[in-house]
Amino acid sequence: MLEKITAKIRPPRALSVPYPLGYPLGEPNNPLLQTAILRQLLALLQRDDVPVLEEFTV
Amino acid sequence: MEIPHSSFAVLPSVAMVETSTLSDGLQDFLKTYPWRRIDPVPVASLEKPISECNVALVSSAGFVVPGEEPFSGSVRGGDFSFRVIPDSIDVQSLEEHHSSDSFSHAGVEADRNMGLPLDRLHELAAAGEIGSVAPRHFSVMGSITAPNRFVKRTLPMIANLLVEDHVDIALMVPV
Repeated sequence: MLEKITAKIRPPRALSVPYPLGYPLGEPNNPLLQTAILRQLLALLQRDDVPVLEEFTV
Repeated sequence: MEIPHSSFAVLPSVAMVETSTLSDGLQDFLKTYPWRRIDPVPVASLEKPISECNVALVSSAGFVVPGEEPFSGSVRGGDFSFRVIPDSIDVQSLEEHHSSDSFSHAGVEADRNMGLPLDRLHELAAAGEIGSVAPRHFSVMGSITAPNRFVKRTLPMIANLLVEDHVDIALMVPV
């Protein structure tokens, strides 16, 4: 998904990642990065000020 | 059954991709496609700590368990079917059948966790950061240009299975 499109659709909670289409978890065989993305994704569940569209920060 | 879908609507999307890097045809499509807007935006709050939640994955990478029917690139409006991915599977054994050429498949081909981070989820559960991993996960194929059947038929079926499995959080991974 592209951030511009996600902003149009307005899902309740979404995380933008700075990687190309096809790479939502960042890099293959990079567990540290993949886990960091998942942790930030899970943290969005504590936000109720929807729609939330947050950018991933390493 | 009415599903509080915002409880599992956590959706990583891709930022900082300049649309100018995409093909001319895709850029034209993105400009003119009538994107649906969720309005009002529903919200469901977590009722317990994440460390106690049962978590499932929903991926649009087009993954299929080996031996099962592949997704089809020839269904008019897009293949709106879904596949169940058992949690016990070796994620790297999944077959990828996404028909789109709008993205590079290299990442997912190198590591299936890129589209279904099952190994990462198990690690988070082992570390106690989430409560448990659901017994089933769900795979769909993106590129559904006519999403009505997907929204009205497929998603409620997936949601019901998530409820059946007592899932608290479903992470959606768009590829």
